[in-house]
Amino acid sequence: MSISNVFYIAASALTAQSMRLNAVASNLANADSAHASTAAGYKAKQVVFQAVPIDESTPWAQGVEMTKVVEDTRPDRLVYDPHSPVADAKGYVAYPNVDVVEEMTNMISASRSYQTNVEVMSTAKDLMQRTLAVLQS
Amino acid sequence: MLSKLDQELQFAQTALSLRARRQEVLASNLANADTPNYKARDFDFASALKSAMGETGGSLALATTEPGHIGGLAAGNAADGVNLMYRSSVQPSLDGNTVDPDIERANFADNAMHYQFLLESLTGVFNKMKLAVSSDK
Repeated sequence: MSISNVFYIAASALTAQSMRLNAVASNLANADSAHASTAAGYKAKQVVFQAVPIDESTPWAQGVEMTKVVEDTRPDRLVYDPHSPVADAKGYVAYPNVDVVEEMTNMISASRSYQTNVEVMSTAKDLMQRTLAVLQS
Repeated sequence: MLSKLDQELQFAQTALSLRARRQEVLASNLANADTPNYKARDFDFASALKSAMGETGGSLALATTEPGHIGGLAAGNAADGVNLMYRSSVQPSLDGNTVDPDIERANFADNAMHYQFLLESLTGVFNKMKLAVSSDK
């Protein structure tokens, strides 16, 4: 049934957006995880979305899928802090390459998209209920 | 009498399934609002309904006489007269995405209202049928 596809489309978007929110949360949580500049510390993670057909027979109904998580390739942030236990010989400590402002905008965008898809789902539910009610009148 | 009701029902059925199809396409657009390189799509409801009801020649489908033949329709376009087209975007994103959530949401709400209107008219047809077969008055 056509309208039920809308549920699956919105549900796939909700899953994808919540994965994006998870990535943002883990980036923000680790924004200050200091590590030695020689060691490999936390790298900012970004999710990659792709459109996928919900059903082979309905190619026009495209949901979203998170295909991969990529690590940001920007260099770590080096901070001069010779008293830190993880400081290197020159006194530098490395912080993950998380851009906090970028992550916050990413978070707002993800949460707005999530809200939109919840609305889509609730409209689809409404339409389906009304369709079922046609013969009850 | 019955054939007239049947005609009315068939119209409501065709129009409803096209509205449901459009709902799916618009939900796909909203779900993929953050997918890189996704192009927003839609179809012209009026011409799709016309060709589905057999008023015009419909889309120019090529005759396929063997299962291996390729239809003359673009991928994603079923041979039922629904001609999916890309929406011309007002402000395309840098990542190649052309979804404008505001336009999609407005169309989604509009389409949902039309769907509900069709349901109402379908209910009306059934009520007429009931009235015709009820013997108490």
